[in-house]
Parts: sequence; C-alpha cells; structure tokens
Amino acid sequence: MTKRPDKSSNRIKRRPFMADLLSRRGTALVVPGLGSPTWDCFAAGDHAEYLYFWGGMGLAVPTALGVALSQPGRRVLCVTGDGEMLMGIGSLAVVADQAPDNLAILVLDNESFGETGRQRGLTSNRVDIAAVAKAFGLRQTRTITEQGAVAELAEFLFKGAGPVLAVAKIAISDDPWRLPEKDGATIAYRFRTALGLEQG
Amino acid sequence: MSGGSNWSEDVLRAMQAREIATVCTIPDGGLTQLLRLIEASGSARLVTLTTEEEGVGIATGCWLAGARAMLAMQSSGVGNCINALGLPAAFRAPCLLLVTMRGQWGEFNPWQVPMGQAVRPALEAVGVKCYLVDKPEEVGETFAAAADFAFNSRVSAAVLISQRVIGAKGFGQK
Repeated sequence: MTKRPDKSSNRIKRRPFMADLLSRRGTALVVPGLGSPTWDCFAAGDHAEYLYFWGGMGLAVPTALGVALSQPGRRVLCVTGDGEMLMGIGSLAVVADQAPDNLAILVLDNESFGETGRQRGLTSNRVDIAAVAKAFGLRQTRTITEQGAVAELAEFLFKGAGPVLAVAKIAISDDPWRLPEKDGATIAYRFRTALGLEQG
Repeated sequence: MSGGSNWSEDVLRAMQAREIATVCTIPDGGLTQLLRLIEASGSARLVTLTTEEEGVGIATGCWLAGARAMLAMQSSGVGNCINALGLPAAFRAPCLLLVTMRGQWGEFNPWQVPMGQAVRPALEAVGVKCYLVDKPEEVGETFAAAADFAFNSRVSAAVLISQRVIGAKGFGQK
C-alpha cells in the first residue's frame, strides 16, 4: 500500500501537541480512545488518572460520559480520533442531552485510519465533526489547525463550561510506539485507586 | 401481569436498595412502566441512547468512577452490544443488563425471531451470565440476584424477561 502524503492543511504534530496540552490539564481525568490517542497520552507521561483503551472502538466518548456523570466535581477530557468519533457519532447526541458541564472532547483528526495503514477517512472529504457536534447541541465547538493554539485550547477544554468538543487537524506522522499497561483490570484498578475507590 | 405481582415496582425497589443511580436505555414496550416509575421516583437518572452499545460504555464509565448503572433494552438491542461488552470484560468491571425479550414466547413478528433466539448464546459467548425469568413474581428477586452477582463479583450479567411475562405484541391481529 502506498502511504498517503500528508496534507498541508494538517500541520499539527500530535505528540508535542498532546504533551503540551496534557501539561495544562490540572486535575482533569483523561479518557483516551484506542490506538494513537492512548499512545499519545502515555508518551506524554504515565498517570493513574489516564484510563487507557486498547479496544472498544466507538466507546471512548460514552465511557468518558459515564465518568463525567459520576464525578461531577472533576473535569473529564476524552481524547479520540476521527474514525472512532464517527463510529460512535450518535454518542454526541447523548452527551448533548445529558449536558455534563465537566466533559470535554478532543478529536485528533488526521483524516485517516492511522492505526491500520492510513486508509482514507471520511473527514478527508466533506464530513465536519465539529459542525455535527454543534448541530447535536454541544455547548461549544471549535476546530484547531495551528500547533500554537494549545494554550487557548487548554482554556477551552479544561476551564469553560462543558460539554465542549474541539477538533485538532493533525498531521499524519510516524511516531514511535509508546505502549502503556494493557491489562484492563490493572488500568481500571489504578484509575479507581486514584479516585479513592480502591485501597490501592 | 398476573397474580397481583408488579415486576416493575419490584425491580425499582431492588435498584434503589442497590443504589443504581443511572439507567441507560433504548425503550421497549415491555419497559414502559419501569421507565415511568424510575422517572417518577427520581432515584435514578435516565440516559436515552442512540444505540444500545453506548450504554455499555456509559455504565462501565460510571462504575470506573464510583457509581452504579445499568442498561434496559429490548432483545434486538443485545446484538448491538456484543463487541462493546468486551470493554467491561477487559476492565473487569460489571455491566448489568435488563432485557425484555422478543422473538420468543408467542411472537407475531418474524423479524424479531433471529436476534431474539440468539440473545442468550450471544451474551454467553462474550461472558455475560444470563438469568431468564418467565414468571412476573420472580423478576424482582432475579434482578436483585443478578445485580448482586454483577457488582460484587465484577462481571456482567443479564436478566432476560420472557415475552411470557410481558405478553406478546399482537399488532391488533388475532
């Protein structure tokens, strides 16, 4: 398979972008979806407050919604990709309906299925996830195209009233594998311990 | 409903005793009374879904963050949940399902039959313990046992309420 060239409109480099963003998260809980969002979060520094996914495509947003509804005093950031977001796009209607003010969603949009060979994704043509989220009724949405927008994005995701969604147009890139713990029971136990729900 | 037993009230009481605070649902006719009771009681938040698998993620997220949730749906929705049920299994988290059956006892609609017949083997294939109830007076205690099993043992469980309890939908035909 021929690798698709990076499009000039997608300039953001995901690893430094995510590392910069997560350094500003404060006490936010992070729910990264399967594949690169999980690798990006782990690469930026391992934390018990990161609920890593190794599967369950489409379920990062619903799971983050469950966490947000059950921890109303904590900010929750769901990090997902364009493919996973579209697979579970209806979950944005549920987020809008429940309207948790502590939930933020970041879609890392490289317009391709990066994990499986860079096959073309639906956002490469006409589909606009931020517009869909706005139409569903999320409080605020935006699309980021510049690496330097991190400070402003952190304010948007971690400070303002949710539910909010941002799409970051990221470059297709060759990043080294950075694989966190893959035993789900261990990830869950660590996360619950960080919330004071287990003895630890 | 037979013998004066109201299974919806029994389920609500069992839910309240176990602090199940969130009910994710795509409604079914057989769930009408229970969903009304939940809303009227204010003891649990109703989360209306676009597809049932979202409820698996939401319930798992609730438990991971320290609260109890469940899904209530028709048997056809079980098919939408199969891959998603790998999530609570991987996290070793409980997911509690309440399923009103179609395609089974006295079914009128042939389109309900394939999934209705596949509910139990499909759930068991992904490791969900199934409890079939066909007497209204046994729904409450079965639900309570399934909930305790799920939340105490941290595995997924499904209560399958037979069409025999709910009554087959007749579509105005004889």
